[in-house]
Amino acid sequence: MRTFEEWVLKSQTEGLKLGQIVLHDQAEQLDKSEQELLARMRENLVVMRESVRLGLTGERRSLSGLVGGDALKVEQRRASGESLVGSVIGGAIAKALAVAEVNASMGKIVAAPTAGSCGVLPAVLLTAEEVYHPNEEDLLLALFTAAGLGVVIADRASISGAEGGCQAEIGSAAGMAAAAAVELAGGSPRQCSDAAAVAMKSFLGLVCDPVAGLVEIPCVKRNAIAASVALSAAEMVLSGVFSAIPLDEVIDTMGEIGRQMPCSLKETAQGGLAITPTGRRVQADFL
Amino acid sequence: MGSNVFDLIGPIMVGPSSSHTAGAVRLGAMALKILGGDLAEGKITLHGSFAETGKGHGTDLALVAGLLGLKPDDERIVEAKQLAQAKGINISFEKSNPPDAHPNSVTFELTDKLGKQVRVFGSSIGGGRIIIKGINEFNVEIMGDYPTLVILNRDLPGVVAQVTSLLATTQINIAQMRVSREKRGAKALTVVETDQTIEPAALELMRKLPSVYQAMAIEPLE
Repeated sequence: MRTFEEWVLKSQTEGLKLGQIVLHDQAEQLDKSEQELLARMRENLVVMRESVRLGLTGERRSLSGLVGGDALKVEQRRASGESLVGSVIGGAIAKALAVAEVNASMGKIVAAPTAGSCGVLPAVLLTAEEVYHPNEEDLLLALFTAAGLGVVIADRASISGAEGGCQAEIGSAAGMAAAAAVELAGGSPRQCSDAAAVAMKSFLGLVCDPVAGLVEIPCVKRNAIAASVALSAAEMVLSGVFSAIPLDEVIDTMGEIGRQMPCSLKETAQGGLAITPTGRRVQADFL
Repeated sequence: MGSNVFDLIGPIMVGPSSSHTAGAVRLGAMALKILGGDLAEGKITLHGSFAETGKGHGTDLALVAGLLGLKPDDERIVEAKQLAQAKGINISFEKSNPPDAHPNSVTFELTDKLGKQVRVFGSSIGGGRIIIKGINEFNVEIMGDYPTLVILNRDLPGVVAQVTSLLATTQINIAQMRVSREKRGAKALTVVETDQTIEPAALELMRKLPSVYQAMAIEPLE
């Protein structure tokens, strides 16, 4: 089975970014040139940017009508200069909500790693872009770093809510986003790995309990929370804080917790928030 | 089989759910390929969570979109029913729950413009991946990863050998193959997944084999 540690060590030995190591590896596995893979990742980046833009217009409503317009509220508060958490976190929250709202309204998104968790990575990536102004290739490489971590998680644990609960979707997205943010901030491969570990630890045990089975409540807001957790994890690690538990061990733990989690809390809408009185009422009204 | 980076960042798709939306588009697309003609009319029966939570996931729209040839990232998926109407294609919906079906399953009953009919049963198995499990009365397993040849033939000795030798002479390599039958000596279904595209000429030769009743070539999904 793959470990993320192999890539961290290789990256340290060769003096390359994690994103470059993952890119080399995938070019070999897929039997494609690195230029081709970068071009394909660029298509993902374009759609990510567009989904943020579209979501921030505030015009999207979900099929149930329960979700939409919140991204714009947060963005307007940020623009007013009254934000409690500042422009960086405020902007990340707005962007994550934006993409998740576009998803809920049948707009075009990039699954990262899933559709339900699609807001976290673009929000963190494009927020880090506003802070550090990297060139496009660095952004693409940061996406390879994030995706490389996703490959390891999918291999060792799961990225599916039905298999591992929300920790497998939103937790994985937060880990991937934290690693990408640290790389864009100029952190070391070890720091990318540590930030991902810190972020993923924060979501261990999180259940998948969508109201009426829809990718709306609580999914959309959890994207925003995960984006801020990813940035907090990155900030700690860039300040010199380490993760006490190594990333691969965190991933294995997430997989194990997912296996122990009852089915009622894994995307079946038979437990958690889905069966609260309000959750049941929403389900009855809608279906 | 390990995943690659584009399974983890990607696909580009219309939300909200890879299994209930993207997978549903792919199921519709596969059913259309199996029909093999211009769609005139369809009945779609939703099973399991496709029936229960499908509405909020746009599963019905996604299935219709697939039948119209739209891709999972096409933003017109949300207008699929109007598009079908504009093309004069009548599509109706029902719900039923067979006890042994996968949670996310659907049955298509499709008719093409020449009156040819086909029934296709399939499931969305996560991450946008699908499996076709039934064509008419036959059980199959088609994932849409390879060009697939489906042959309805008499269950007689030597028929499979005729099919494989014909494939060999047309330079088509077999990736996987499965034979199933109703009962001994009756009709059998041969499903061959191949590495190369099955050209119309090869398919015509297949149809001319004396023991072959029907042959269809299904292109892989993109």
